[in-house]
Amino acid sequence: MIDVPASDPWLILLVVVPLLAAPLCVLLRGPAGAWSVATAVSWGVLGIAVKLLGDVLERGTLRYRIGGWDAPWGIEYLLDPVGAFVVVIVAAIGAVVLPYAKSSVEKEVRSDRIYLFYAMVLLCLSGLLGIAVTGDAFNLFVFLEVSSLSSYVLISLGRDRRALTAAFRYLIMGTLGATFYIIGVGLMYQMTGTLNIQDLTTIIPAVADTRTVLAALAFLTVGISLKLALFPLHLWLPNAYTFAPSAVTVFLSATATKVSAYVLLRIFFTVFGQVDLFAHFPLQPVLMAMALAAMFLASLTAIWQQNVKRMLAYSSVAQIGYTVLGISLATEAGLSGAIIHLFNHALMKGAAFMAIGAVVYATGAVTLDRLAGMGKRMPFTMAAFVVAGLGLIGMPLTAGFISKWQLITAALESGYWPLAVLILLSSLLAVIYVWRVVEAAYLRPVPANEAWAATDRVPVGMQVPMWVLAGASVYFGTDASFTLELAHTAARALMGGY
Amino acid sequence: MFGLLTQAQTLQLAVVLPLIGGVAVLWLGERNRNLRETASLVTAALEFALVASLTGSVMHGERPSVELFEMMPGLTITLTVEPLGMLFALIASGLWIVNTVYSIGYMRKNNEQNQTRFYICFTIAISSAVGIAFAGNLLTLFVFYEILTISTYPLVTHSGKIEAIRGGRVYLGILMSTSIGFLLLAVLWTYNATGTLDFTAGGILGDRIQGPEVAALMFLYMFGIGKAALMPIHHWLPAAMVAPTPVSALLHAVAVVKAGVFSVVKVIVYIFGLDMLVTSDWDNWLLYIAGFTIISASVVALRQDNLKRRLAYSTVSQLGYVIMAAAILAPLSIIGAAMHIVAHAFGKITLFFAAGAIYTASKKTMVSQLDGIGRRMPFTMAAFAIGALSMIGLPPTVGFVSKWYIVGGALEMESYFAVAVIVASTLLNASYFLPIIYAAFFKHEKPREGNDTHPTHDNHGEAPVAMVLALCVTAFGTLALFFMPEAPLALSRALVGG
Repeated sequence: MIDVPASDPWLILLVVVPLLAAPLCVLLRGPAGAWSVATAVSWGVLGIAVKLLGDVLERGTLRYRIGGWDAPWGIEYLLDPVGAFVVVIVAAIGAVVLPYAKSSVEKEVRSDRIYLFYAMVLLCLSGLLGIAVTGDAFNLFVFLEVSSLSSYVLISLGRDRRALTAAFRYLIMGTLGATFYIIGVGLMYQMTGTLNIQDLTTIIPAVADTRTVLAALAFLTVGISLKLALFPLHLWLPNAYTFAPSAVTVFLSATATKVSAYVLLRIFFTVFGQVDLFAHFPLQPVLMAMALAAMFLASLTAIWQQNVKRMLAYSSVAQIGYTVLGISLATEAGLSGAIIHLFNHALMKGAAFMAIGAVVYATGAVTLDRLAGMGKRMPFTMAAFVVAGLGLIGMPLTAGFISKWQLITAALESGYWPLAVLILLSSLLAVIYVWRVVEAAYLRPVPANEAWAATDRVPVGMQVPMWVLAGASVYFGTDASFTLELAHTAARALMGGY
Repeated sequence: MFGLLTQAQTLQLAVVLPLIGGVAVLWLGERNRNLRETASLVTAALEFALVASLTGSVMHGERPSVELFEMMPGLTITLTVEPLGMLFALIASGLWIVNTVYSIGYMRKNNEQNQTRFYICFTIAISSAVGIAFAGNLLTLFVFYEILTISTYPLVTHSGKIEAIRGGRVYLGILMSTSIGFLLLAVLWTYNATGTLDFTAGGILGDRIQGPEVAALMFLYMFGIGKAALMPIHHWLPAAMVAPTPVSALLHAVAVVKAGVFSVVKVIVYIFGLDMLVTSDWDNWLLYIAGFTIISASVVALRQDNLKRRLAYSTVSQLGYVIMAAAILAPLSIIGAAMHIVAHAFGKITLFFAAGAIYTASKKTMVSQLDGIGRRMPFTMAAFAIGALSMIGLPPTVGFVSKWYIVGGALEMESYFAVAVIVASTLLNASYFLPIIYAAFFKHEKPREGNDTHPTHDNHGEAPVAMVLALCVTAFGTLALFFMPEAPLALSRALVGG
């Protein structure tokens, strides 16, 4: 590799700025001050992320050596197109969620804890971004824990007391996942003597046939799948999403699982990039089976939910299935399908959770029976929900259509036509769960005991972010050339190594 | 148009104009209902003028085309006018004017709720119908096809009653599951096999697929286009009868089912190509399924006492004619298929207008209640008779012209099955339409039964003038096109290059 002498300081700023801003929020204490800091930081981070993406596309992989120590002795940060894409997703969602959070959090979190909320969001943001930029397997673990610990706190901030058990459950499962990951990293270190991901890539082929590496791969896969909430390791997710404050649900659903999927991609196609992984290990059938099970069983479960947040949570588990299905194809087309779905799903699910969060804000209603007539009471909010819902179904002119098109094309290219059929069939399940909400909101009369007064009194600060995401879902569904090409570039980079 | 717009601009505007009208309708709203209705009418008239202005150049062999946007690399949303699409667009936009006039009378007289929403959904439906008509490739067709489904859902469930919700579920369930499950798969398969989705004279599949694959792909297309109501996926049509009558007219005559059979003919002519299908033996089943649909739907219609349901099954049977005509694969029968789209549009819209007029004036919905009604509503029932004659296929109505060509094509290909089906179904059609006409004009009105206290059942005249005017216009059209079929015939001939 040609040594790029100037290492790029923006890489480290991306992580350090939110990390340092978090204690600032704690020092400020006041909700307004904490919010202002967090929002300003999130926008700044988005600016950096977009700049970095531009640089990566222009100049190729970017690097930064921490403390000036060269890899593999020092920790190196590096950013390739895949990482840059994930960084932009996370930063963009962060920048959209924070304005939304202001009013939503005032209503859903005890006022003396609000500054903690913003501190935790910033920590979580920093951790998630760190995962995407680090080139060191152990450093990745650290960021994984930073983001996880802060998200446990965020979930437990929910007013509903069940939020505490949900957070505790997530804590147990998440810690298991992280432990598995670190065991996997440890086993690899034992065999290779390095933690640097690029080093691992070159050394692993020599030891690929050992049991230790096989065990390491298994631990890594299971550990990250827990974080990813890949079926059947998803049990922590529905409660966590249901009882967390709305803004937290939006943020985590649109970022945390995406970053986990990124880690999975990194392990399979970078760490084990020089090994023909899918020929060596029976990974493909396992991943495919899990993905299909997620797509169908989670969607079926979603159909039976009364609580709309929980319904959307199960839908997320199903959508993770699509991503993993794309990964399991292990072709360039499959990976681009998976990667573009990360982005598209973040938009759609973010918009959907924001809409339901706005309903909770205005009326406190979150179950289907209380949503009756909501289309009349909150026309704008429910319209945004419908746009997001059509995306989840995969209707044309929404981002979801592009994802499905790409995934099915990939399946057909690889000759797996039954997969194409199954992808389409599972989106029919999405029709059912989305339409249960539509029927309730638009075709059932407003219950007599519900006050009419609460009509669309949703602050602009919540409306705008919601429509930004819903609009983005439509925009990237009509003109997907840019995102698709980005996903293709990212997939090529993954298949070709750093 | 009028020298002001280029052909490309005219095309773009033809899809966008109804939406502009929709915005105007929304803005004017219920408070300015007269202005709102004026906006609907003006939009409809302008739309027809726009579409009609393209006719001349299409007849001279031009194929105006414009790319709206690129959805994915290499996959564009493109509008291209070819003769069949021209024909469909003319019918849809022309009958929209009449339907608007009729709707105004119907919706006001019956005091329907949510009229603004009704007119807006109508404009979206028309826009997507024109989009389907001018679709330059399968992706464009699919996009507008799905928009049409979604925009007509609120129309079908307009009343919001429980039976409307149920009917809406069947409507959306069948149309969406077939289009996502089958049609989208067929489109992706075609794209995977040929690398293009453009409608091309002579077809694009050629020898890219062979043998049983032809049958499978044909199956996916024919049952994926659920709007063509091929048995056994026709249930959505009777289910949608819960909608207000102008909506039934929209579904049966103006947009929805026409979009279905239009797509069928378009796929057979421009995707498969006649030459390819003539040499393949794997598509013959379509002829028999269509024949079966024609006969069995007629038999079911015979047993319906609800007038609108009888008309609905008649539609299923008539759509079978179009599909069978296309499946005969003779140039003459393709002309017949195109002409039958026109014939059925005019005939069926007249019949539904009459049914709606009867309901509005007398609140009668059953065939058995119609004895002697011809004396109270002479214009309505005369128009009904003309529409019925066209359904049966008797001169002097346009239904005779299309049947003539279909039979001609069947004889040319020596398809005696098709001839037998047409003969049998003509008899069946006669036996479920003629008794209504007979009863209306020659039987005496039944005396009021003891438990029948309905105020208007035996005390009414014609429906409001707007409705009577509309149905007289379409009945006149049904007659006029028998004497002057040159324009649609010329377009139909251009379709097969004759």
